[in-house]
Formats: sequence, structure tokens, C-alpha cells
Amino acid sequence: MKPLRRIALLGFAAAVMVSIPARAADPSADEIVKRSLEAFYYAGSDMRAKVQMKLINPQGQIRQRDMTMLRLNPGKSGDQRYYIYFHGPADVKGTSFLVWKYPAKDSDRWIFIPTLRLVKRIAADDKRSSFVGSDFTYEDVSGRNLEDETHALARKEDLGGRPTYVIESKPKVVVDYSRRLSWIDRERWLPLKEEYFDARNEPQRTFVADKVEQKGKYWTVTARSMKNLQSAHRTEVVFQEVEYDVGLKQDIFTERYLRDAPSQWIR
Amino acid sequence: MIRAMRRAARAAASMVAVLFALASYVTAAAQGVAWDGFAQSHVAGRTSRVDCPTGTACDFPAAELRGQLKAEGRNSPGNAGFLGRFDLVRDAAIDDTRLVTREAFGGLTFEKAAARLGRQVITWGVGDLLFINDTFPRDWVALFTGQPMQYLKLGSDAFKLNVFPGAANLELVIADFRPDNTPTSRRFIFADPLPAGLPRRVVEPGNGAGELEVSGRLSGYLDNWELAGYFSRTHFRSPAWRVAGTGVVGTFPRLDTVGASVTGPLGKGVLSLEAGYYDSPQDRAGRDPSIENSQFRGLVGYSRQLWEDATLGLQVYGERMRNYAAYRETLPAGFPAKDHVRKVATVRFTHLFAHQTITFNFFAFLGLSEKDRYLIPSLRYAFSDNLWTEAGANLFGGKREGMFGSMQDNRNIYLTVRYAF
Repeated sequence: MKPLRRIALLGFAAAVMVSIPARAADPSADEIVKRSLEAFYYAGSDMRAKVQMKLINPQGQIRQRDMTMLRLNPGKSGDQRYYIYFHGPADVKGTSFLVWKYPAKDSDRWIFIPTLRLVKRIAADDKRSSFVGSDFTYEDVSGRNLEDETHALARKEDLGGRPTYVIESKPKVVVDYSRRLSWIDRERWLPLKEEYFDARNEPQRTFVADKVEQKGKYWTVTARSMKNLQSAHRTEVVFQEVEYDVGLKQDIFTERYLRDAPSQWIR
Repeated sequence: MIRAMRRAARAAASMVAVLFALASYVTAAAQGVAWDGFAQSHVAGRTSRVDCPTGTACDFPAAELRGQLKAEGRNSPGNAGFLGRFDLVRDAAIDDTRLVTREAFGGLTFEKAAARLGRQVITWGVGDLLFINDTFPRDWVALFTGQPMQYLKLGSDAFKLNVFPGAANLELVIADFRPDNTPTSRRFIFADPLPAGLPRRVVEPGNGAGELEVSGRLSGYLDNWELAGYFSRTHFRSPAWRVAGTGVVGTFPRLDTVGASVTGPLGKGVLSLEAGYYDSPQDRAGRDPSIENSQFRGLVGYSRQLWEDATLGLQVYGERMRNYAAYRETLPAGFPAKDHVRKVATVRFTHLFAHQTITFNFFAFLGLSEKDRYLIPSLRYAFSDNLWTEAGANLFGGKREGMFGSMQDNRNIYLTVRYAF
């Protein structure tokens, strides 16, 4: 019995020794969310993509938005510039959005209405508002601030064959959701799934990364969907022609190009 | 009226068919040219109970079918392009069919400059339906009959040059004169102090060297605030009427403007300030009652989101007439006197519903000094990406001496249906 006991003890010690370093290697929940935000919203120094967004109502009727999205990270401060050009539908063709995003304060936002040749600055205190009528909020499109929520590592589990951290995040001020769970890829750091819960803790919206591909140096969610579980409305988004580090210049993200889309990038 | 509408419907149906056929033919043939457009019906019905003079579209100041075709193209390096936007209109209200060139221009783009030549819409300034430094032509008839907002502006036949030295944006516009489309007795009823029965004609400024219009704007960012300075060497765009011999002649007196605007974030919203000086060189002394006096104009605006999908915008606007005493002394009897300082407030409330397929919008001009008002409620529903309809109203009211109050016999409700392709 003695040797057996010793083996068991050794085995136990080994298990402890293996698991302790493994546990210590887990980054903090804040660190995980930070890396996830970087991977999801900040990859590369710039990005260009064609974005197709389908808004699908409970009856299955589809509305479609076709866009080109340009994004620039001008420095290390966390500031970002977004340029979004609408190719369709016909009635909004040529409309473009310009967003200057800052980590610690409200974004600056402009819209260009082509039929009036009108550039209008829009009040941007609406990061939880729907982006062009979809189930995505502005914040879902251009990222949120790490400090807007508290984060806790709930567990680790596999999701669709990928190892993930499951993070529970709670907003620090009252917003439309009370908490969300994120399944974050432990190697690629992209969110693979998110579940939002409302104030009564009922499931509210579910985000799913439907397709993840490597584009250049970066893993990219090229198909994603957001479903509103309470209204049964859903939005499906496909990213095509995703390119990183293409050399976008800062002046693209100014009024000049808002009024006259940069044809080199908007095709 | 009903017969006219039926005729218009038939004309529009055939017109739309031709447009579709043409569009698909050209789309198939042309490479790199994008075609799109829409078919639209728009009807505005007068709600004021009034007797109209003969010759005024009384029950329906607007009743039209319209097809628009737009072509846009660029060369493959992307440094040269063109845009054409044409409307074919069957206008049953005044029994007219016309082809309108809304825009038609070509452009060249360089690293530090861009140029455009042709008919083009130009919009400046930071006001919402209030204009100070934007002196480009407008279509007030479209506004007062509830046409979609894109019809508020008319294109200028112009050469436009943009230069981008560093962070600034310099814009220079040299344009042929084009008047505003102002309300006339063909569709509108208003008190007219000019002698009735005399023939009327307008004389537009010609294309002589001294009569071309030149406007400029220099704009840039200071952090995330936008600053702009403006000038215009132009003409008043609504006619100054005077009795001349056996008729009434409308001319467009010269106008020079300078001004500035600034806009940026304040609190949770956007603050806009704009000011300008209108110099009326043909009546500097203010003693010619047919010509506007010089004036200062200014506005302050603030807009912010109230809650999700709901936005509120407020503006206060003022114009202060120079040489007011001279104006009052020379104003003929029977003409309503303007205030020394005309003050207007505006309110805009917009609420989107049902995944932004329903838009409720309410805009109000409130004449603070003239004690009049102009309210524009509207509700739009998008059935799909291609088809939308909007119902709304143009409600003028208050004192009849005011600019908006004088229009109160033209209160109307309107319905627009558009199919875009």
C-alpha cells in the first residue's frame, strides 16, 4: 500500500504543481478584456473592409446595408478614426459617416447627406443606440471602453472547438443591459460569443462570431450576427476584402473626404 | 382636378416605364457608370378654406409625378469623375411637364486640390433650415409644399475649386446667378401690396464680368471644433419689385456677405454659432424701400440626443436691420413694416421607431418678434429598402404681417411615395 500511497501523493503533488502555474498564467479578467478589445477593434494600424449588413425582422423580411469601412489608429492613445460609406440601399447611397473616437470621452461624429451636399455634426451621446437600425449599437461597431464595466473571469471552457475564457462584465452605470457574458478565444483573443442580459436578468441579445479567418497577420471575425432575443429581430454582418496596414492617412478622416469619398479606398 | 390627376398618373406611368427601360439598357452598356434613381408621387392638399383667384392651384398646390435618374462615374485612377441627376416631372398642379437638370458636373481631384464644373448643389453653414453664410439658391416652393428635403437646394451653375493646404480647406465658387424658387400666385395665396393687373417681369443679372458671383469659404479644425470664415459677392435671390412705367419689374439687387461659424461638442450635445453681415450696396442708405437694407444676422443652435433614437435641436436666430429709421420713413403706405430686429426660434424633434423604419419629425419656426409660426410635422415609413411613404403638414399661422403668418392661407397636408432603385 505504501508505494501506492506515495504514488498517489506524488501524483497529487504533481497535479497541484501543474495546476498552480497554469492558474497563475491566466491573465486577469481586465487583461483578457483589454486584449480582446485590442484584437477585435484595434488590429493593425489601419483597416479597410467591405461590410454587408442584413437586418432581418421576425417575419424574415430583409433590409440590406452595403458599406465600406475605413479605420485608423492614429497613435497609441487609443483614439480612432472611422469612415463609413454607404453603397446601398439606393436611397442612402453616397451617405457617409465620420467618427473620431476617444477612449475617455464622447466621440465626434459627422454625417454627409449627398443630395443636399450637407455635412452635419451629430450629437454623439448615443453609444448604446442602434447603428443604422440594426441590432448592433454604435459601441458594438466601434468598441467600448474597458473601464465602462467591471470584469470577472467566470470559467474556462471550449466553445465550438476553441478554448475560451468566459468573462462576466457588468456596466458601472445603468445602461440597457445589466450584465454580459463573453466567450473570448484564449489564443486569438477574439470574442466568439456574447450574451447580454437585461435589468431583470432575462437574456436580451446574443452576439455570435460565425466565421473567424486569418487576414494578413490578424485573426478577424469575418461573419458575425446579433440577435435580439426579445424582439426576434436579427442582424447578420459579413466583412469582405478585409485588409490591414494599407497606409490610410489621417486626412482621409476629415471633411474634405467626407464630402468627396476617397476613390482609392471607396470602390 | 381628378381628371388632371388621372392624366398625370398615366403620363407618369409611361415615363417611369421609359426610365426603367433606359436605365437597364445603359447599365448593361456602360462600364463603370453607376445608375440609380427613383419614381415618386407627391401631392399637397390645401387645408385652409379660402377662395383662390383664378390661375392659382387651389385644392392641390402640389400634385406631381416625378422620375429621377442619376448617373455617376469615375475613371479608373479615380482622379476624374462626373455626376448627372435629372428629373422628369409631370406637374398636374400647374399642368406642366418638364425635364429638370438637378445636377450635372464633372470634376478633377488632385492631391492638394479638387475642381468641379457644372450644375452642382453647394451647402455651407451650420444652421438648420436657417441660412446666413449659405447664399446659394434655394427652392422655397419645395419646402412650403412638403417636398423631400433634398429639393430645398437648387444647383448652382458654377466652377468650384477646393485647395487643401495642410489642415485647412479653402473653397472658391464662381457661379452664374440663379434665383430662388419663391412662392408665386400659381400655387400660393398671399397679400400682395403691389398694384394688381399690371404686367410683371423679372430681369436677372446677366453674365457680364461684374455680375458673376464669387463665394469663398476657409475652414479648419481647432482640436475637435470646426471653424469657418465665409464671403460672398452675390445678389439677393428673391426679386425686388418696383413699378416701372406700365409694368412691375423685379430685379435682383447686389448683395455682399461676410461671416463666420463655429461648431463643436458642448456637454452631451453639439453647439453651433454662425454670424454674418449682409451688405446691400445698392441701398446702403436704406432709403429704397424695394431693396433690402443691410443687416446683421446671427444664430445659436444646440442639439442633443434625449434618449435612444430621439434627438432635440433648438436654435435662436436674429437679423438686425441697419438704417431702420430710413426704412420706416420711406416705406410706402400699405406695405407691412418689418421689425428692426427680427427674431426666430426653431425646434426640431426627431424620433425613430421600429429599427429606424419609422421616422417622426417635427420642425417649428417660431416668429418671436413677428408673432407667427410655421410648423412641419411629418411621419415616414419605410416599407422596404426601396419603398417609403411620408405624410406631413405645412402649418403656417399667427400674425398675418409676419413672414410665416402671411402664408397661412397655404396651410397644407402632403403625401409622398417614393420607389428608389
